[in-house]
Amino acid sequence: MLAFILRRILQSIAVLLTVGVVAFSLFRYVGDPINAMVGQDTSMEERAALRDKLGLSDPAPLQFLRFIGNAAQGKFGLSYRTSEPVGRLILERMPATLELSICASLFVMVLGIPMGVYTGLYPRHWSSRLLQAVSLVGVSLPPFLIGILLILLFAVVLRWLPSFGRGSGTVNLGWWTTNFLSWEGIKALILPSITLGLFQLTLIMRLVRSEMLEVMRTDYIKFARARGLTNRAVNFGHALKNTLMPVITVAGLQLGALIAFAIVTETVFAWPGVGQLFIQSVQFSDIPVMAAYLMLIGFLFVIINLVVDLLYFVVDPRLRSQGGAARVGGH
Amino acid sequence: MMTASNNPPLLEVRNLRIEFPTRRGTLLAVDDVSFDIAPGEVLGVVGESGAGKSLTGNAIIGLLEPPGRIAAGEIRLEGRRIDNLPYEEMRKIRGARIGAIFQDPLTSLNPLYSVGRQLVETIQTHLPLSAAKARQRALDLLKEVGIPAAEQRLDHYPHQFSGGMRQRVVIALALCAGPRLIVADEPTTALDVSIQAQIIALLKRLCREHGTAVMLVTHDMGVIAETADRVAVMYAGRVAEIGPVRDVIKHAQHPYTKGLMGSIPSLGVRSERLVQIDGAMPRLTEIPNGCAFNPRCLARGERCLVERPNLMAAGASRAACWLHDKAGVGAPVAKQEPVDA
Repeated sequence: MLAFILRRILQSIAVLLTVGVVAFSLFRYVGDPINAMVGQDTSMEERAALRDKLGLSDPAPLQFLRFIGNAAQGKFGLSYRTSEPVGRLILERMPATLELSICASLFVMVLGIPMGVYTGLYPRHWSSRLLQAVSLVGVSLPPFLIGILLILLFAVVLRWLPSFGRGSGTVNLGWWTTNFLSWEGIKALILPSITLGLFQLTLIMRLVRSEMLEVMRTDYIKFARARGLTNRAVNFGHALKNTLMPVITVAGLQLGALIAFAIVTETVFAWPGVGQLFIQSVQFSDIPVMAAYLMLIGFLFVIINLVVDLLYFVVDPRLRSQGGAARVGGH
Repeated sequence: MMTASNNPPLLEVRNLRIEFPTRRGTLLAVDDVSFDIAPGEVLGVVGESGAGKSLTGNAIIGLLEPPGRIAAGEIRLEGRRIDNLPYEEMRKIRGARIGAIFQDPLTSLNPLYSVGRQLVETIQTHLPLSAAKARQRALDLLKEVGIPAAEQRLDHYPHQFSGGMRQRVVIALALCAGPRLIVADEPTTALDVSIQAQIIALLKRLCREHGTAVMLVTHDMGVIAETADRVAVMYAGRVAEIGPVRDVIKHAQHPYTKGLMGSIPSLGVRSERLVQIDGAMPRLTEIPNGCAFNPRCLARGERCLVERPNLMAAGASRAACWLHDKAGVGAPVAKQEPVDA
């Protein structure tokens, strides 16, 4: 198992290096950063001096190593747009995005798994069919449309929830500002979380449903019933746990996707998160921020997948035993 | 061992009828099946695939898979009717009074839970035992079914056991709460031949020691001959013949049973070639009028084409065949040429 973890960590590093190459080539091939920094009347000599000073005239591999080395320490240089350190810029925005994504994935799990279990256990019941049909709406409407419709209904018509921003309810905890500690803050989270999570909710529901249908047909479920176990033990103890492997896999990828694709939702709700920062940076060709964002998302995906792989071991004993060593005692 | 005659039956199945409603009409999968099982008795149920043996077993444990349903008849356990109980009532009987063993031990156990956990869970569902006592009982059961180093094995997962060992675990699970009857549906079919004999011997010994009756569903006549006290031969959803195992094997009364016995190679008897029954069992949609076996029967008469025989006394057994009726089969009719031969 230790070997497995080490192997996985090495693979993760390889993935991050690849993402690093892409991020680095942004600097090399998307415009000349010197042009963005200096005025039109700067002489060629001054430009060359600046280029040397910034290390931009070194060979590419050397620059790449320097880039990776700095990135590993969280240094991504200064933003072209605001001249602030990129690291700080992103860290300031990170809590907003993380809280939104976590809130959205809680919404997805807490609602999606029970809905999937229910529709899987009673596939013919009218309410299951209704859920199935309604869930189609979740996949077919794009999030920005859902967001706008939600704003129209709950913010404009009903005036129950704020329509944009994190609201006045954020509490500053030093390096982290949170929405979770005040009612105002939580209210501001509701609409963006639903908008962000709706698509994934449908996905999780349908995944759990089809896995449940599959598992309910297996012999061990029939045998569990033949042993007279209660419905609860059969459905949740035996069936649900066997559906967890694919659900964990997808849920992990989804959390990553929720963080990475919060961009649209953040734009619709003027949510001051990393996604919004990224959109602004694209508009200004703020390469350091874009590169850092790319690295950050890559890093999060790698971490999430690592955790997912470790969760497999917790769930499935067949992975825990090492190969044939466990197969003691023959016929 | 107790015998069938002088005790009130443990299980009574009366005129059981199982239907499958389909788009093209209702299929009659089990038709008017009746039999008893005495306490401690082993009843073998043989027949071809689709004869209705497994369905009958599933109906007894109350786990007929929809859309299959019991359309008529009664099932009584210790005098109490159980075929129409609400799900929750029947659940309390399953595992506690009636245990079940299925065909494939490789897939009968949940791969994600240790064997001990599955045992303890079943024990605690039916018996008011503390966790520690339930674990002790689980350990005793594993020892009883002959699992070596049971203490360590208790915390092992199903994939760490071989097929034969897993079927032993399944038997331990079926015996958990001391049931009076075990419905064993092809318990050895998925196992190697060498393991089959061990498992059958184990099942036989345990049931004798616990006084547990067994309904042994199989298509293996050899297993029946070795294990059962009585045997019921099923054909196209009906019981063709039922009687003490020795009599049915040595003196088969129903032409189908005779054909079945003739098709088994025997070491003692020298014969040129094995008898075979021409044709195949009819599909449920195409069961002929009269006796369901008549298109394949060598001894059929006119009566067999129109009138369906019920079980009647035939030698030491009971057979559903007009040959054993006073009026006989009527004028002989030549056997139908098999269409698919």
